[in-house]
Amino acid sequence: MRTAAELHSMKVFAEEIRIATLEEFNSLGSGHVGGAMSIVETLGVLYGGVMNINPSDPKWEDRDRLVLSKGHAGPALYATLALKGYFPKEMLSTLNKPGTDLPSHADRNHTPGIDMTTGSLGQGVSTAMGLAMAAKAMNKDYKTYLIVGDGECNEGQVWEGAQFAAHQKLDNLVLFVDWNKKQLDGLTEEISGAANFAEKFAAFGWHVQQINGHDVPSIAGAIDTALSVKGKPSCIVLDTIKGHGCTIAETVADNHSISFKPEVMNEAIEAARAVLEKVKAEVL
Amino acid sequence: MIKTLPELVKDKRGVRDIIAASLEAQMDADPRVCYLDADLMNCIGTRKLAAKYPLRAINCGIAESNMIGVAAGMSAAGMIPYAHTFGIFASRRVMDQAFLSVAYAKLNVRVLGSDPGVTAALNGGTHMPFEDMAPYLAIPKAIAIEVCDCAQAASIMEQVKDMYGLIYIRFMRKNPVAVYPEGTKFEVGRGALLRDGDDVTIMASGIMVAESLKAADQLAAEGISARVIDMFTWKPIDAALIEESARKTGAIVTAENHNYLSGLGAQVAEVVTSTYPVPVMRVGVEDEFGEVGPEDYLRKRFELTAEKVVAKAKAAIAMKK
Repeated sequence: MRTAAELHSMKVFAEEIRIATLEEFNSLGSGHVGGAMSIVETLGVLYGGVMNINPSDPKWEDRDRLVLSKGHAGPALYATLALKGYFPKEMLSTLNKPGTDLPSHADRNHTPGIDMTTGSLGQGVSTAMGLAMAAKAMNKDYKTYLIVGDGECNEGQVWEGAQFAAHQKLDNLVLFVDWNKKQLDGLTEEISGAANFAEKFAAFGWHVQQINGHDVPSIAGAIDTALSVKGKPSCIVLDTIKGHGCTIAETVADNHSISFKPEVMNEAIEAARAVLEKVKAEVL
Repeated sequence: MIKTLPELVKDKRGVRDIIAASLEAQMDADPRVCYLDADLMNCIGTRKLAAKYPLRAINCGIAESNMIGVAAGMSAAGMIPYAHTFGIFASRRVMDQAFLSVAYAKLNVRVLGSDPGVTAALNGGTHMPFEDMAPYLAIPKAIAIEVCDCAQAASIMEQVKDMYGLIYIRFMRKNPVAVYPEGTKFEVGRGALLRDGDDVTIMASGIMVAESLKAADQLAAEGISARVIDMFTWKPIDAALIEESARKTGAIVTAENHNYLSGLGAQVAEVVTSTYPVPVMRVGVEDEFGEVGPEDYLRKRFELTAEKVVAKAKAAIAMKK
């Protein structure tokens, strides 16, 4: 159980991540805003108190790992890592610019704190399972967290991995499905059928929870439950909104990757700042 | 020069026996070594490893893409993974995983691809990789090796354990023609000079090494002196040895159990044209799919024979200016 103070600080952290991510995109004028916004609260919880990490030693061998298999949401994770002190916050304005260490998709060889290179959807599922399997084989206690997109679940490799993790009883692995309802070409249900991820992962033998993916206490509670499950991997389906908390992304139908004018994004950032102040002012 | 056996006869052992023994010895000696398979443990005699090391010898089921990713993840945690499946799956089926999860991510996985080319025999054209080395040749910094017999397999397995990166090793599972004495040492990246000669150089790999030695004998009987090299490392190719051979003999023949348009012949020709251009003739499969049949039949069908090497050697010599 998390204390009210802990949950509050995670909520504040999530809003700070949102603002820093939007500022990061604004330095470029375009990006995968939708899918970055939908995982902000999850990152806020994971890096705001759940994960056992040491920002001054990103390669610490006993650290918990995060594999962002939906690698295009990298900018949200970069903002999180910068706020945690893995690298200077000023670096965020180099996103996707020549010579940057913050490429569009997450890269373990460029960015301090990135545990796995991703970008070809589905692949992070297997590499995360390799990390979890290695913990078992080498008798280590670290946990592996894995974030996959709902569109990403079109990939067959996701389900190869789902079967593998259940069979290998990887109870040191927590998978989040960011069920934000949209993929590049439109609604996930229209492009690739029913989005019954909870049923699917349960059928593969996983422990499954489905929660509001923008509600910090629900996320924190679900992770604590997942970590207490023995003998099977855990799946947390995050019911989310693609573009959540960024009006200019949230209201656009096709918001996978968007371009915008700085003044428009400035307005969205101001709105996010207002939300942050409101959250900060919440009485515990 | 590396010594070859005086008589070229089939080994009583399969290359798989050496691979399996080597995996076991490495796992015994180092807890970081792990081995993954895609439901083909029985084919290389490694099921006993799964029983002995249930957390390090892992049957991933018929899910090769996931297997390569899991191997990449295990290496990211400091382990030293091997992953085996048939060559067709170990290459084209997992190219994106090998490319991104392993090579691009700068991780460390040894992929073992069995049954190269015509040695897939009765499994037929669906299972006959004449292209398995090509994806690895196309991936930056990957290492691609073909072992031809048991002694070479033992030496290569010993070396690759301590190498880092994406490494592909193609090997025939069953009984090869034994070419080298036990204990022969090879260095990855350096072609093995087996015979020296002045008129033509034969650069061979895999099952074509023994054929090329026979070809050199036939050429010698006709007064033609052939240099023979086992070019078991296709990438990084031994460019210095290729150039030296081009200068020394003025003509080259390559010989491989693979499509030469995307294989050893292409690699060698590329080096020759940019260093010391001389005629390069290629023995191998010319842009064809495989088919079913006994290996002996397939060797003739695809002209993977000493006779073909002899003919191409003479043609290459005739092209010299």
